[in-house]
Amino acid sequence: MHLRVSFSSGVPIYVQLMEQIKHAVETGAVRAGEQLPTIRKVAEDLAMNPNTVARAYRELEREGAIEVRHGLGAFVADVETGAKTTVIAEAAESLRRAIATGAILGLSEPELRRVFEKELSRVTGDGSQAVSGAGGNRAGTKAGGSGERSSD
Amino acid sequence: MNEAAIETHGLSKSYRDKAALRGLELNVPRGSIYGFLGRNGAGKTTTLKLLMGILRRDAGEMRIFGEAMDSEAAQVEARRRIGFVSEDKELYPFMTVGQMIRFTRSFFPGWRRDLEEKYLELFRLPLNRSVPKLSKGMRTQLMILLAMARGADLLVMDEPTSGLDPIMTEEVLQALADLAAGEGVTIFFSSHQLTEVEQICDHVCLIDDGQKVLDGVLDDLKSQYRRIVLVFDSAAPSALAGLKGIDHLRRAGRTASMLAHVDVESVVACTQEFAPLSVEVHPVTLKELFMDHVRGG
Repeated sequence: MHLRVSFSSGVPIYVQLMEQIKHAVETGAVRAGEQLPTIRKVAEDLAMNPNTVARAYRELEREGAIEVRHGLGAFVADVETGAKTTVIAEAAESLRRAIATGAILGLSEPELRRVFEKELSRVTGDGSQAVSGAGGNRAGTKAGGSGERSSD
Repeated sequence: MNEAAIETHGLSKSYRDKAALRGLELNVPRGSIYGFLGRNGAGKTTTLKLLMGILRRDAGEMRIFGEAMDSEAAQVEARRRIGFVSEDKELYPFMTVGQMIRFTRSFFPGWRRDLEEKYLELFRLPLNRSVPKLSKGMRTQLMILLAMARGADLLVMDEPTSGLDPIMTEEVLQALADLAAGEGVTIFFSSHQLTEVEQICDHVCLIDDGQKVLDGVLDDLKSQYRRIVLVFDSAAPSALAGLKGIDHLRRAGRTASMLAHVDVESVVACTQEFAPLSVEVHPVTLKELFMDHVRGG
């Protein structure tokens, strides 16, 4: 499993880690029952805060995605990942068709992305990011670039 | 066990008639990697020197691992548990790396040979080279190694990565992550390298003009704060300043931007009375929080 975190993004780091681990499970990169790297290993490999890694693991445990066996480490929970993989494949197929339609109608890549994100936020109704107001809304756009340095 | 590693109340310090710290409130939880941020002259180094007993405070309270720092003896006792990396990173110029390590080791009964060897290997420091012949980065890494290996419960560092190249910075951050994860050491450091703070810290405190302007768990700050950007069909109305729950309003032509951190949704709802053409809500980076919270930023 390859973990990568964008530290300078506005998205909380523990949330990024959770999403990547869930993605790794969904795509089969790690399977049910397999052990996840230790908190210390992740923290050292990515040179990031161990408490933040621990928070991601805690939240994943609460969601039932992983099991923490004390003294042994964290393991991917035994859920039906196979079924999930099939569902993802189906969803991807529908999305491919939607993208193709958009492209035929002449939408650019950023425009497609905006449509997707807008629709997604409409469905998920994530209060902090769902936006009202007329025309041209973008919700949940990532702010900031990488490699920022403070000038002084 | 639950007391904070560092706690200050109303901490104040002036140099002649110039106030450097004006009632600083700090709470550094045990086991955290705590980023202490601010512009040059904001009071960071003064705070660190007060914590280390190098300077005397004019007023306020200071506790380290729950112990009040109100006597010379308490200060000395606390110093035994703290590894300090100062800004100027002074070392003895006539020693080699190996001599410097042996010399320092002799003062600390709790010296950790395993950590010494581990970080020596990680930093690839040449044992036989004399201190003046080290690059600035290597000198800094040696200082950090000396502070880490003494078996301290708390590391206090003033701009630890200033002058390090990106590879060396990453090595130091890896060592810090390892030290916090494996040894439960609390790390408190000042910096204005926001990217490294975002990478390694779980807690941050931003000070300006000798006072705290923002602190908290970094990921929580990122979850709470949102930038709201409004676009109007004519100049952005000045009455926006009356919106409740917003900060750092800026108007530029037809656009207005502001920060909100409590109940973002109802702030967004309230903006509707100004009939904006569009409303956008963005996550906020540490850099943006920094720029919005410091004077003149």
